[in-house]
Amino acid sequence: MHRADFVVKRGFFALVTVFVAITINFFLFRVLPGNAVTDLARVPQSSPQLRHALTVEFGLDKPKWEQYLIYLKQLLHGNMGISFANQQPVSHLLLTDLKNTIPMVTVGTVAAVVIGVFTGVLSAWRRGSPPDHISTNLAIFAYAFPTQWLGMMLLILFAGVLPSAGMTNPFLFGPEPFWQHLGDVGQHMILPAATLMLTAYGSYTLVVRSSLLETLGEDYVLTARAKGLPVRRIVWRHAVRNALLPMVTLIALDLGYIVGGAVLIEVIFSWPGIGQSMFTAITQRDYPMLQGGFLILTVTVIVLNFLSDLVYFRLDPRISQ
Amino acid sequence: MTVPVQDLSLAEGLVPSPRRRGFFLGVVRERKAAVVGLSIIVFFVLLAIVAPYISPYSASAQTCSVYAPPSIHHLLGCDDGGIDMLSELMQGGRISLIIGFAATLISMIIGGGVGILSGYFGRWVDVSLMRVTDYLLVIPDFVFAMVIADLWGASLLHVIIVIGILEWTTTARVIRAQVMSLKERVYVKRAKAIGSGHARIIWKHILPQVGPLLIANTVLTVAIAIYLETALAFLGLEDPTVTTWGTILEHAFDRTAVSSGYWWAIVPDGICIALLIVGCFLFGQAVEDALNPRLKVAHLSLRRWKIRTLAGREADAI
Repeated sequence: MHRADFVVKRGFFALVTVFVAITINFFLFRVLPGNAVTDLARVPQSSPQLRHALTVEFGLDKPKWEQYLIYLKQLLHGNMGISFANQQPVSHLLLTDLKNTIPMVTVGTVAAVVIGVFTGVLSAWRRGSPPDHISTNLAIFAYAFPTQWLGMMLLILFAGVLPSAGMTNPFLFGPEPFWQHLGDVGQHMILPAATLMLTAYGSYTLVVRSSLLETLGEDYVLTARAKGLPVRRIVWRHAVRNALLPMVTLIALDLGYIVGGAVLIEVIFSWPGIGQSMFTAITQRDYPMLQGGFLILTVTVIVLNFLSDLVYFRLDPRISQ
Repeated sequence: MTVPVQDLSLAEGLVPSPRRRGFFLGVVRERKAAVVGLSIIVFFVLLAIVAPYISPYSASAQTCSVYAPPSIHHLLGCDDGGIDMLSELMQGGRISLIIGFAATLISMIIGGGVGILSGYFGRWVDVSLMRVTDYLLVIPDFVFAMVIADLWGASLLHVIIVIGILEWTTTARVIRAQVMSLKERVYVKRAKAIGSGHARIIWKHILPQVGPLLIANTVLTVAIAIYLETALAFLGLEDPTVTTWGTILEHAFDRTAVSSGYWWAIVPDGICIALLIVGCFLFGQAVEDALNPRLKVAHLSLRRWKIRTLAGREADAI
C-alpha cells in the first residue's frame, strides 16, 4: 500500500467516525424522553403559552431532520449552544476546561508510559526472577483497582503533604513571579497525575513484557548475540525498539479509557477540567454542556487515534509493503 | 502358515484426539493462574449466594454509630449510616455480580452474534457489521456510558443495558476471526456439500467450536462490566436505593470518609473489586491462552481487550 493511499484511507475513516459521533450526539439527546423545554418550563405556573413560545424559540417545533441540519451548520461555525447553568457559550467554557485538562492528562500519560516501559523491560529481561514477579503482580493489581479508589487512597495518604483539591492556591495572586505560579500548579498536579499514572501504567507493563519476550526470540536477536554484542545493547537497541511498536497502537486504544479515568480523577481532585464540567452538567441537568463535552472528548480521541495510525505507519515500514 | 495379524491401530500421533470434553478442567489443571483466578471467582459467587444467611447484621439498618472503627463486633467497622461494613460488602457484592454477569450476558449475545454473522457470511454483512464495531471501538466508552446513563435515568436495569451494549466489540472481533478460519475447515465444507443450511452449520458446527473462546472472552468482560459499574456509580448514575461495591465507594467519598481518614469505609471495598477483577483476568487469560496462543499478542490493551486490525494487514491476521 502506498503512503498516500494509507493516509487518505485512515483519514477518511477518521472523518466518517467524527460524523457518526456528531450524529449520535444529536439523536442521543433527542430520542430520550423530555427536551430542553420540559426542563426549562418546570417553573411553577408555567403556562402552555410559555411552553409554546419556548418550543418555537428553540426551534423544537421543526421536524427532526431540519433540526439536525441546523445543528450541523451551527457546529461548523463553532457554536455548541448556550449552557443552561450560566448562560455562557458552551464552546468557550469547554475550551477553557480543555486548557486545564490537557496538561494534567499529558503528564499522567507520559509518566505511565515511561514507568510502564521500564518495568516491562525489567520484567522481560529478568523473566521468572523475583523482580519480574513483583513488577508483574503490581501491574495486574494497579490495573484492577478502580481509578476512583486509587485517587481516594492517595488523598488519604498525602492529605496534609500535597494540595488535594483544585488547580491553584487561591491565596497566591498578585505580583508573584511566573515561576511561582507554575510551581503552584505543578504541586496541585502531582496527585491527579499520579492517579492517572497508577491506573494506566499496568497494562503498558504487561504489554511491553509480552511483546519484548516475543522479540527476544527473534532471529536477529540471536544474530546480535552471535556477533558478541553486549546484552545491554541487544536488549535496548535491537529488541526494545521493535517491541515498542505495539505500544503506539495501545496508547491510542487506551485514550478512550484514559479520558474516562480523567473524568473520575477530576471529580475526585476538583480539577477544573472538562471531566469536572461534565460531572457538574450531569448534576445540574445542563444538557448543552454535557453534549458539548461528549463531542469534544470523542473527537479528540478519534483525531489522536488517526495520528497514532500515522505514527505507526511511519515507524513500521513493513505495513507499507 | 499363518498370516501375521496386521496391527490396525493408528500410529502414535495420528490417533484422533477425543472431543474436548472437560476442556476447562484441563486448563485449570495445567495452569496455576487459572486455579487462582477460578477460586477467586467461585469464592465471590458463593459468597454472593449465601450472603443473606451468613451476613452478621442487616445491610440496610443502623446497627452501630456512624463511621465506627473496626472492632470485635463489627469486623470491618461501619459506614456513614451506621451500617455494618462487612454485611454491606456482602450485599453489595451480590448486586455488583448480578450487574457484571447480566451486562456480560447481553454483550456476549450481541458480540457473539455479530462475530459469527460477520465471520460466516463475509462480504457486505461483514463490512457493515465491522464498520459499526470500528466506530464503537473508537468512541470513548465510559464517557458514552455516562451520557446515556444520565439521559436515560439512574436505574439498575439501565446500567446493565448500557454496559452490555457498549462492551461487545472485542468479543465480536475475536469471534469473527475464529469463525473466519473455522468456516474454511473441511468438515464445514462437507456439511455444506451434503446440503446443510446456514442455520444448521452455525448451530451444529461453528457455535460448539467458538464456545470456549466466547466464554473466555465473557469472563474478561465481567471484569470490565464491574469496573464500569463502580465508575458510573461513583458519578451518581446508579440507582440510589441499591447497594453495590460502586455505591459504597461513592458514599464514602461524598460523606467525608476521605478527609477524615476513615479508611475502613474505602479499603475493603476496593480490595474486593480488585480481587474479583484480577480473578476474572487470570482465568479468562489462561483459557484464551490455551485456546489460541496467537491471540495473546493481539490483546494489546488489557483494560479494554480491544483488538484492532493493524493498518494494512488483513483483518483475519489480527
